[in-house]
This record gives sequence, structure tokens and C-alpha cells, in this order.
Amino acid sequence: MQQKNIVTLENVCVDFGPERVLNDFTLSIKDKEFVTLLGPSGCGKTTTLRLIAGFLEPSEGKILFDGKDMTGVPPYKRQVNTIFQRYALFPHLNVYENIAFGLRVKKTKEKEIDSKVRQILKTVNLSGFENRDVSHLSGGQQQRVAIARALVNEPKVLLLDEPLSALDLKLRKDMQVELKNMQRETGITFVFVTHDQEEALSMSDTVVVMDNGVIQQIGTPEDIYNEPINAFVADFIGESNIIDGIMLEDYKVLLDDVVFECVDKGFEKNEAVDVVIRPEDVDVVAPEKGMLQATVTAVTFKGVHFEIIADVNGFKWMIQSTDISYVGDNIGLYIEPDAFHIMKKSAYSGMFGDYSTFSDEIEQLSDVNFGEIEGNADE
Amino acid sequence: MNRVKNKQKNKLKYLSGIYVFWMIVFTVIPLLLIIYFSFTTTEGKFTFENIKNIGEFTPVFLSSIKLSAISTIICLLLGYPFAYIISKIKASKQMIFIIFIMLPMWINFLLRTYAWMTLLENNGIINKLLSLVGIGPVHMINTQGAVVLGMVYNFLPYMIIPIFNVITKIDKSCIEAAQDLGANHVRVMTRVIFPLSMPGIVSGITMVFVPAVSTFIISTMLGGGSNMMIGDLIELQFLGGSYDPNLGSALSLVMMVLILISMGIMNEFDTGEDVMAL
Repeated sequence: MQQKNIVTLENVCVDFGPERVLNDFTLSIKDKEFVTLLGPSGCGKTTTLRLIAGFLEPSEGKILFDGKDMTGVPPYKRQVNTIFQRYALFPHLNVYENIAFGLRVKKTKEKEIDSKVRQILKTVNLSGFENRDVSHLSGGQQQRVAIARALVNEPKVLLLDEPLSALDLKLRKDMQVELKNMQRETGITFVFVTHDQEEALSMSDTVVVMDNGVIQQIGTPEDIYNEPINAFVADFIGESNIIDGIMLEDYKVLLDDVVFECVDKGFEKNEAVDVVIRPEDVDVVAPEKGMLQATVTAVTFKGVHFEIIADVNGFKWMIQSTDISYVGDNIGLYIEPDAFHIMKKSAYSGMFGDYSTFSDEIEQLSDVNFGEIEGNADE
Repeated sequence: MNRVKNKQKNKLKYLSGIYVFWMIVFTVIPLLLIIYFSFTTTEGKFTFENIKNIGEFTPVFLSSIKLSAISTIICLLLGYPFAYIISKIKASKQMIFIIFIMLPMWINFLLRTYAWMTLLENNGIINKLLSLVGIGPVHMINTQGAVVLGMVYNFLPYMIIPIFNVITKIDKSCIEAAQDLGANHVRVMTRVIFPLSMPGIVSGITMVFVPAVSTFIISTMLGGGSNMMIGDLIELQFLGGSYDPNLGSALSLVMMVLILISMGIMNEFDTGEDVMAL
């Protein structure tokens, strides 16, 4: 997939008053690519989208479109279309006129408008809905109208601002597949914003993980999951146990006073590192067979597996196992060498990866707090 | 539990009874009286004479409708841009503008109209100022223009406020969506903001036209005797020289019907889909 860059952001900074919400942001988006901007609320991902759409101008840096500088070009002159978080359909127009809006503004011939609108309605499975009032549609249908309204203009780039966040889980899963298919069929570049890591992993060609207005890591979903660059990425994408370790030499890491074999190399001798072990990579064995000894402190049944929180020398690990354990059990942990992922120390070291305070409720609470922060920053 | 609920229901019934009583005494009965007087002679005999006589006053009706229609249009032309502009400024400053729009409404209506009289008179303040620069005197008082000016001045806030309220409630992302789909500022205005502010325009028009068409103080004070409006005519039948409450009632009845019809027409425009035709 060697394609030219269609959108490039070069050293872009955005300030809202004294606050810097995007810092030295450099990103190249290739033609026909599905790029996801992923991060917690308030990380600057929506800001990035609004920059590309033209609703915001960068304080520093520039945005190129097909190699041409787009700074100062108003939204209506850009070849991008946006799908807004809450769809932003025109309440005074019916489905047909909503979709025809962009074409009418461009003074397209009536005959062409008609055939295009009907064609796109078929694509989004809404044939026969032409004369419906948009306010009488379900969330999923409104979503499809919003997609049709954008796609009918055949934009080079489609920007999607958390388009699935208002849908229920089942519908969201269906729309993920549909959106991905549409992207493949139309060959339009999608820039997709989400805070849902699963959505990002399953849909994207490239994931851009952001936090605090700074890109943390750019890579394929596999790279991001298997080779997170720091504790933030490791924690944000999936579940991770992140433990302080010391890289004794290539392929040998010390943690919890035990030397483990691993597949990583290229660190200094005795360099302090963060070690990531995914919960699904830890095997529960009999205590005497384990490389580490642990005490079970909590067990939750999750359907496919049990989620076990286990205490290893005062550090709480999360383990996903298909075999049941009981609170108070002494268990042994066994970890394959390729399950270790070693990261250099970063500003995020020590902030994530310990499950001692873990509970679903706390997760949700912290989401709410993030939401409030975003409300202020994204205004 | 059920009993408690029933008791509460009964209590509510009694409470609503007060309002029903109020409405019967002060709305329904007076309305019936107007209808009764409209169709009877001074002796209390049934007649169509009063309604027939209204035909003589057609010119008054027409000029009333004309003057209030002109005032309503001017209010809309002045009020819409103003409402739009204040909806665009900072929320903290909006309040100041709104207060300044409302401020004259807190001053007595008569007093405001008197003030215009002294301004517009042949030897009033405006003409005195004009004579300083060698113009005039310009005849302004007792003209149709003066009546329209008085109506616009008094009723403009009733146009601005409802339009402002509707515009500020338009979803910003709808406007962004229109820009995103290629609409420049003019197109955003004509295709999104204006159609979406239609409910405000409709209630603004109603709130200006209805009091304007039935006003009598403004036309008496600023229009002199020559610019009589329906309101003046009705006043004459009750308080003036040509005392005739039966004709006055008939006039009120006809005016009420006219207002109901015009409101019905306005409401036709108030449905989202019809707006498209504009």
C-alpha cells in the first residue's frame, strides 16, 4: 500500500487561551487509508478533526491537503466532509433534502441530484425513506442519513467524530462493520475519532494514540497492541500489568527478584524499564510450578474467562484465565518469554498498570471525570 | 395509596375549578355578551343591522390593516438582523443588549407615545434642530408615517425577542454541517439559519401585528383625527360622541375574526417542511 499523502499536519499547535490543546502535532494520512485518532476525552482528537475540517485554525504549523497549504481556507472550500458526533441533520429538511443539501449548494443538475441521492440511499440501506422527517428516525437511521449526506458529495476525506458513541452496543458493532466496508468500497480516506480502543483496533489501518494534545504512538493496530511505546499506550489499549523491571542484559529481565527470559534486546545493561504483561498471557498453575507466587484477591466471571486479581508481593496483577480460582487461593503464575514487552521509562511510568484499586465502578467514575475535562477543553 | 391519590386528584380538581370559574366569568361570559350585543338593537331585538353597517367602515379596516402590515414588515426587517447580530455576540454582552431592548417597555406606553408627539410636532424638538441647519419645518405629526413610526417603536421588542430566542437555540453543529457541505455564509443564512428561525419570525409577526392592528392610542396621538384605525372606531362607539355599543361590539367581533384568520395563516408557515418552499 504505497500511496501518496492526502492530508499532512506539520508541527501543528493549537492554543485555547493560555491552554495548549495540541502540541507539535505531525501526522501524514495516506490516500484511501482508515486512520483512527484514539485517546481519552480531552486529548485533542476532536480538535485535530476540526483543524482538518477548517473549523479551527492552528496557532502554529500548517495543514497540507494534497500537498497544498490549507491554512486560512474556509470549511466550505475544503474537499472534506464531516460526520458530526450528534449527526447535526437539518431538522427542517426531510431525508432526501438533507442528503441533497451539499449537491444543491454546488448547483448540481436536478436529475443528477436525484440519481445520486437515490443511489446513496441504497448504499446506506434507506431506500424508501426519502420523504421521512429526520426527527422521526431512530438513532441508527439518523446515523445513516448523516453518512449518506457526507458521502454523496464524494469527498476525498471523510472525517468522523465519534459517530458511533450514541448508538447501543449491538448497533455499534454492526455499524463498525458497515463503515469499514463502505470505506473499502468507496476508497475514501477515513479519519475516525474515538475513545473506544476496541473500535479503533478492529476498524483501522493506522491508529494514532493521543494524550494531552501529544501523539504518543502511531502504528498498525497490531503494533499498538503488541509493542506499546509507553505505559500510557499499554494501559489505554487493552488491559496491562505494568511492572518495574531491570533489563540485566539482552533477553534477560529482572522483576520481583526473579530473572525472566524475554525476547527484547537493545537496552543498556541494568537499565530500569517498564515491563508489560497482558492479562491473557499469564497462565495460572500450581504454586510450586509457578515462576511467581500469588494470592487471589478478587474473581469476576466475564463470560469467556474469569478475571482474577492476584497479589504478587504487594502488586496487584490482572489475570484472565478460563479456569476458576477462588479468593484466598495461593496460585503460581507462569509466563512465556514472548509475553514480556519491555518499554523504556517515560513520564507515564508508575501511573498505570497496577490493579490494586481496580473495580469497574472506578473505571466508570474516572471516565466521567475525563468527560468533564473534555467539555472544557474542546469548547 | 390509591385513596391518597384520589384525594390529591380531588384537590387538583377544586384548584382547577377556580380557574374554570375565572375563565367563565371573565372570558366566556364577556365574549357571549359581545356576540349578543353584536346581533341586537338598543332595544334588545335580534338584528343583522350592526354587522351590515360595518361595511361603511371598510376604508378604516383597510387602512388599519395596511398600516399595521407596514409596521410589521418594518419591524421584521429591522428586528431580524438585530436579533441575529446579538445572537452572535458573547453571552455576557447579549444580556446588556436585551435589557436595552426591554428598557422602553418598562416605561408607561402613554408616556412613550407622548414623547414622540413632542418630538414630531411642527414646532417640536426635531423640527427645531432641523431649522438650525436651515431645513424645514417638516410636517411629521398627524401623518400615516408618524403612526407607523409609533407602532414600530413600541412593538419592535416583540419582534426581536422571539426571533433572538429561536436563533440562539439553533444547533451550532447544524451550521457547521452546512459549511462543511460547501455552503458559504450567504447560503448558510438562507438555507439553514433563516428556515430554522421561522417559528420565531411567525410568533414575532403575530406579536407585532395583533396589537398594532387594534391600537388606538398611537393613531389618536400621532395620527390626529385623519388617520383613524379600527381601535379608534371601537373606542368612539363606547366612549366617544357616537355612542353605540351594539355597533362597537359588532366591530370587535369582526376584528377578532380577522385576527384569528391572520393567525391561522401565519401558523401555516410554522411547520418545518413548508418552510422549504421559501
